Amino acid sequence: MSAEDLVTCSIDGIEIAVPKNTLIIRAAEEAGVMIPRFCDHPLLAPVAACRQCLVDVASPAGPEGKLRAFPKPQPACAMTVTPGMVVNTQLTSAAAKTAQEQVAELILINHPLDCPICDKGGECPLQNQAMSTGRSVSRFTEKKNTFPKPLALTAQILLDRERCVLCQRCTRFAAQIPGDPFIALQRRGVNQQIGRFDASVLGVAAVADEAADEAEGDVLAVDGTPFAGYFAGNIIQICPVGALTSAEYRFRARPFDLVSTATVAEHDSTCSAIRVDYRRGQVLRRLAGDDPELNQEWITDKDRFGFHWQTAPDRLRRPLVRRGDDLVEVSWPEGLAAAAEVLGSAKRAAVLPGGRLTLEDAHAYAVFARAVLKTDSIDFRARPSSPEEAQFLAHFAAGAGTGVSLNELAAAPAVLLVGFEAEDEGGIVYLRLREAGTTVYALAPFASRGLARLGGTLLPTLPGAEASALAKLSDAAGPVPEPGASAKGPTSADAVQTLTASAAAALAGGVIVLGERLATSPGAYSAAVAAAERLGAKLVWIPRRAGERAALEAGLLPGLAPGGRALGDLTEAETTMIFGGPLDLEPGLDLPGIVAAVRAGEIDTVLVGGLELVDLPVPPAAATALKGAKVVALQVRGEGISPWADVVLPVAPPQEKAGTFINWEGRLRPFPQVLTSTALSDGKVLQALAAKLGFTLGIGELATVHQVLDRLGPAGRRQPAPAVAPPEAPALGAGEALLSTWHQLVDDAAGLDGEPRLAASAPAPKARLNAATAQGVGARAGDDLQVSTAAGAVTLPVVIDDLPNGVVHLPTKSPGSWVRVALNAANGDVVRIAASSGAKEAQP
Amino acid sequence: MSSRSLRRLDPARKQKGFIASGVAPWAGFGVTLRTFFAKPVTEQYPFKGKYPPPFPRYHGRHQLNRYPDGLEKCVGCELCAWACPADAIFVEAGANTAEEQYSAGERYGRVYQINYLRCIFCGMCIEACPTRALTMTTFYELAAPNREDMIYTKDELLAPLADGMLAAPHPMAEGLSDDDYYSGAVTGPTGDQVEWVRDHRPDDPSLAAARPHATGLKGGPA
Repeated sequence: MSAEDLVTCSIDGIEIAVPKNTLIIRAAEEAGVMIPRFCDHPLLAPVAACRQCLVDVASPAGPEGKLRAFPKPQPACAMTVTPGMVVNTQLTSAAAKTAQEQVAELILINHPLDCPICDKGGECPLQNQAMSTGRSVSRFTEKKNTFPKPLALTAQILLDRERCVLCQRCTRFAAQIPGDPFIALQRRGVNQQIGRFDASVLGVAAVADEAADEAEGDVLAVDGTPFAGYFAGNIIQICPVGALTSAEYRFRARPFDLVSTATVAEHDSTCSAIRVDYRRGQVLRRLAGDDPELNQEWITDKDRFGFHWQTAPDRLRRPLVRRGDDLVEVSWPEGLAAAAEVLGSAKRAAVLPGGRLTLEDAHAYAVFARAVLKTDSIDFRARPSSPEEAQFLAHFAAGAGTGVSLNELAAAPAVLLVGFEAEDEGGIVYLRLREAGTTVYALAPFASRGLARLGGTLLPTLPGAEASALAKLSDAAGPVPEPGASAKGPTSADAVQTLTASAAAALAGGVIVLGERLATSPGAYSAAVAAAERLGAKLVWIPRRAGERAALEAGLLPGLAPGGRALGDLTEAETTMIFGGPLDLEPGLDLPGIVAAVRAGEIDTVLVGGLELVDLPVPPAAATALKGAKVVALQVRGEGISPWADVVLPVAPPQEKAGTFINWEGRLRPFPQVLTSTALSDGKVLQALAAKLGFTLGIGELATVHQVLDRLGPAGRRQPAPAVAPPEAPALGAGEALLSTWHQLVDDAAGLDGEPRLAASAPAPKARLNAATAQGVGARAGDDLQVSTAAGAVTLPVVIDDLPNGVVHLPTKSPGSWVRVALNAANGDVVRIAASSGAKEAQP
Repeated sequence: MSSRSLRRLDPARKQKGFIASGVAPWAGFGVTLRTFFAKPVTEQYPFKGKYPPPFPRYHGRHQLNRYPDGLEKCVGCELCAWACPADAIFVEAGANTAEEQYSAGERYGRVYQINYLRCIFCGMCIEACPTRALTMTTFYELAAPNREDMIYTKDELLAPLADGMLAAPHPMAEGLSDDDYYSGAVTGPTGDQVEWVRDHRPDDPSLAAARPHATGLKGGPA
C-alpha cells in the first residue's frame, strides 16, 4: 500500500498509520486499544446502534489546521479516521469513560440478571464489558421490562427478548449477508424488540391475516413457519448477549466446561473452518471458525448443526460378520480375518469408496484396489455420473492444484453458474458471491431464490440442455446487439439473444462454475471446456461432497493415477513407489459399469466405503447387485446395510480421526482429531486388511501419503478433454415433463440425522412448474402434483414459477421427495406429471 | 537437631559401660510393658460415647434446597462447579418442560454430583450459588469403603421434603415468576399444584402431607 493511501492519526497518544476509510474502532485495534462495542462487527456495515464505543475525538480544522474537539463523544465504530485526528478512548479521556459507563448502565437497565441460566454467561461480551467499562453499581432499582420467553424464531433459534440490547447485529446479518431479512425491529422506544412481524406484538391481527393470504408465494419451512434461510444459525454466534440461543445447545453446558478444537466442516466441498466444542467426549456445538480466505466468519446451518450423525444410534463400534441372515458383532481380529477371506477369495473385485473421504483415506483405497485387489474398477462418485464427467475431471481437476480460489471467484468480473445452484449446492460460495456483489449469470431452468438474492441473471435452459446453451453462449461472443434493433420492437427472442450476448461479453476474464448435476447433461462438460476457451473464461468445478476433490487427487476413478496422470503414463519407478510393484490390470469400470457387471456375475466381490445406496442413480438396481455379490463395507453407520453387506468394519467419522480434505479450490484442508477415540480411519483399516492379505500399503502415517504424492509431483501432461456432442432434446408426449432436480442444502441428508429442529426449519419441498404446464395437467398452485416414472411416484404441492414449458422441478432428497429412490430418475430425465388423483378434484 | 543426638554423633563421645550397653536394646520393651497395664484410649465410635453436635456453621455435607412448595432451587448454572477449587462438583443442566418442571424457571440441575474424596469443605460453592440452592449441613460422617459411594448424587444431596412440601416435578405456582420464587413469595404448594400432582402421580407419597396453602403466596407477586 502506498503512503498516500495511509492516514496517520493518534489514538491514546499512540501514532498509527492506517489505510484511508478505516474506522476509529479498527484503527484502535491496530494500536492495541480495545474499545468496548456491541453492534460493531467487522463484516457488517456500521450502524452505531448501541453507542457503547463512544470516544473523544478531535481533528484539525480551519485554515491553520488547529485541533478542534468534537463537542460530544463520537461512536468509534461509525467514524473513519482523518489525517491528524486525535482520539482519546476510555483509557485516556474522562469524558469517554463516563460516556461509556453511562451507556453501559442504560443498556443494563432492562437486561435481566439471569446470567446463571443464560447460555452466553461466561463468554458474553455484555458481561465482560459491563465488568471492564461499566459502573460497578447500578442506580436503577425499578422493575425491569420482561417478555414471555423464549420466542422461537425458527424451530432451532430461540429469542429471549428481555436479554436483547437492540444492537441489530442479527437483523443486519440477515439483510446484508445472506439476504434473508426474516427478522426486524418492531415497535418503538422502550417497547422496541426484535421479531418476525409478530401480529400479536404489533397489535395488527387483521392486517396480518391479509398479509398471510397475500404471502402464499413466500417460502415456508417444513414446520409451516416462514423460511429463515440456510445461514440463520450465524446470528446465534454473533449475538453479543444471550438473546439468541439454539434449542439444540440450550442449557447443555457452560463455556468453561467446553474444550474447543479448530477443525474443518465435512458437509460441503468448501470445507469451512469451524470450531467444535465438546464436553466429556461429547460434541455439544459447532461454531464458525475464522478463515478470511474461505468462509470468513460464517457457516451454513448444515455445518453448524449437523454433527449428530457421527454419534447416531446406528453408529458401528465393532465389526459385523454375516451369519445366515443376520450381521453379528465380532471382535476386530475375527472381523479382519473374515474381510480378508472375502477379499482374498475374490475372482474379480470392484471398489466403491464414496465421496466423503480424506485425501489419506482416498489414497489408501487407491493403492488397496490396485495393489491388493488387482482391480481398476473403482469409482468415488456415489451419485449420477457419466464417462464424460470422469474424462473431464481427469482432464481438468485431478492433479491441477489450486485453480480459481473463492476469493478470485468472488472478485471475478462475472460468474456463470452451470448446473450449479450456488446457495443449495455451494452454501458459502453463495454467501461470498453475494457479499462481493459479483455479476452472476446462471444456466438453469428457473431463477431460484438463491439466484434472485444474488441479483443474478437467468439464461433459461432446459435441464439436460446445458451443452447447447453453452454452445450458443460461446457463439454469441462478440459485439452485443442493440436491444430492439428489429422494426417491431424488442421481441422475447431478441431479449434472450441480447442477454446471451451480454453474458458472453461479461464472461471474458470471468469464471464458469460447473456443478455435479452436469454429469447427467450429455456434452455439457465438453461444451464448457470449449466455451471457456472461446470466451476467455476460467473454469471451476464445485462438487457437493467434501471428499470428491481428494478422491480425484488420489485417483479413485478407473484408469486414473494419483496426481491426475493416467495409470498407463506412470513410469515403472513411480508405479513401484505408489503401489509397491508393477501393475497389470484389466481396464476398469465406473459405477454404472460396476453395478451392471456385478448383476451379470462378472464381478463377485465389492469393497464399499461410506456408501448410501439411496444416493446412487438407481438404488434398487445397486441393492440387488450388492445382494448378489460378496460385500465388505467400511462404514461409520450401519443403518440399511444389513441386507447386502457380508463383513462390515467400523471406521471413524471425521471428528474421531485426523486427515486432510481437499476443497473445490484444490486447497488442502487438514484437520486434527477432535475426540479421543479408538475408532480407526478407513486408511488404517485398509492397512490392517492389506497386512492380513500379505501386502504392505506403505502409508504408515498421514504425512507418508503426502510425501508420496509430493514426490510424485504434478502431472506432466493433462489428460485429453472430453468431446461429446450434445444430444437431441427429448420429445415430450402429453403429460410428460423434463425433470429438473438438485439437493436442497438442508434436506434428508444422512449428515443431518438426529437434528429434527434443523429439519423442521428447512424449506418445505414443492414441485415447481410454470402456469401453462400446470394448466396442461389441470393442476393449480397449492394442488398436489404427482410426478412419476415406471419406478414410482413423488407427490408434492405445486408452486407456479417461471420455468420453461414442460419442465418440473423437485428437490432431490427432501421429505416426501426422494427422487432417486422413488423415480430412479436424475436431472434431465423425462417424467410423467399429473394432478394428484382425488386430491383437489372435488373442489369447483 | 537436639544437643543429645548431636552428642551421639560425636566420634569422641565416651562409650557406654558393658552392662549399660547390654540392657539398652531391651529398654524399649519397657514402654510396651507399661502400656499393657494402662487404660486403653480407643473410642468405640460411633457405638459408645457421646459426641457434641458440631457448631452451627460447621462445614459439613452439602444440601440442595427446595422452595416451600417443593420445587428445587438449583438451576444448574454450574457456578458452584466453577468456584470449586478442588473440582469436586459436576453439574449438567436440563430444560424444564410443562410436563416436568423441577425448579422455578426454565432451567434445572439435571445431574448434580459432589465427590467427597475431593471436597475440601471450603464453602466457595455456597458463596457462588446464585439461588441459595446449595448450602452446607453440619453432617460430617462421610465415609465409605469405595470410591463410588463417596460421590454423592443429586438424590442424596437434595433436601428431604419438609412438612407440607409437594415433591417435584410439578408446575410453578400460578402467575409467579422465578424472581418471585427467589424473593420469597411462595410459602407452600398451591391448590392447583396439589391438584396437578394428584392428576399426574396419584400415588405420590408427598400428597398425603401436602396441605394446599390457603393463599400459597406471601404478599403476592413482588
